[in-house]
Amino acid sequence: MTTGQDPRPPHLDLRFVALVAAGGAVGTGIREALALAWPAAPTGFPLTVFLINVVGAFALGLLLEGLRRRGADEGRRRILRLALGTGVLGGFTTYSSLATDVALRLGPATATALEYAAASILLGFIASVAGIALASALHRRSAEGRGASSGRSAG
Amino acid sequence: MIAPGLFLLICVGGGAGAALRFVLDGLVRARITVPFPVATLLINVTGSFGLGLLTGLGAAAGLPHEWVLVLGGGVMGGYTTFSTASVETARLVEQRRWGAALANGVGMLVLAVAAAALGLAVTGALG
Repeated sequence: MTTGQDPRPPHLDLRFVALVAAGGAVGTGIREALALAWPAAPTGFPLTVFLINVVGAFALGLLLEGLRRRGADEGRRRILRLALGTGVLGGFTTYSSLATDVALRLGPATATALEYAAASILLGFIASVAGIALASALHRRSAEGRGASSGRSAG
Repeated sequence: MIAPGLFLLICVGGGAGAALRFVLDGLVRARITVPFPVATLLINVTGSFGLGLLTGLGAAAGLPHEWVLVLGGGVMGGYTTFSTASVETARLVEQRRWGAALANGVGMLVLAVAAAALGLAVTGALG
């Protein structure tokens, strides 16, 4: 089970599956707490889930690019990616709620439906690009910092 | 406010949904090796159908609200993901694959909304 070379891919390794499940439970809990505290009106703009999705898209871009620039997807980096990215942020954000809320509004509030759909896709995309760009900038700055102060481990 | 026990069940449901997404994503990636994130597309479209169905069952067929919260907001919410879809679209734009990026952004939402509408419609909750 815990021998050095485990040939199993991560998605068939129960330890990683459990890690994703734990993260997903946390992310879902935060989303549902927010969505229940600030529910959307039946034909209104679902602002809470919209903000959750945009914030989550930014955070995942930041996380994945930050990890990628620190090294290969293994060890602690893989654990962080699966627990925080696939688990917490995957559970925090939701696509099914977006699609169902758009479908429910097409007809009774078509303009709101289209506005919600377009704003989600566009701002989600921009947020992910911004998260990736911020991780790149932070990595460059810390790399320059390391260059100036010699001897510090690249970690 | 909802009962703490119900909230806990929603969280457990979300964990199960996320685990299902992780395993299915890995299985699809291992078998379908096209240069397009089909796994996330498949997950989000099927999950949207699932939530549409559950929402419809709640509205039109008397499925208790608690069930809709646990299976819909919990399991389907944890199963589907917006953040991964957005990052994958950003990666496709980085690679200047404009058509694929548009398909992943707009195309996925069109399919997911159609799937959710189908789920709502079969229960009689829509139209």
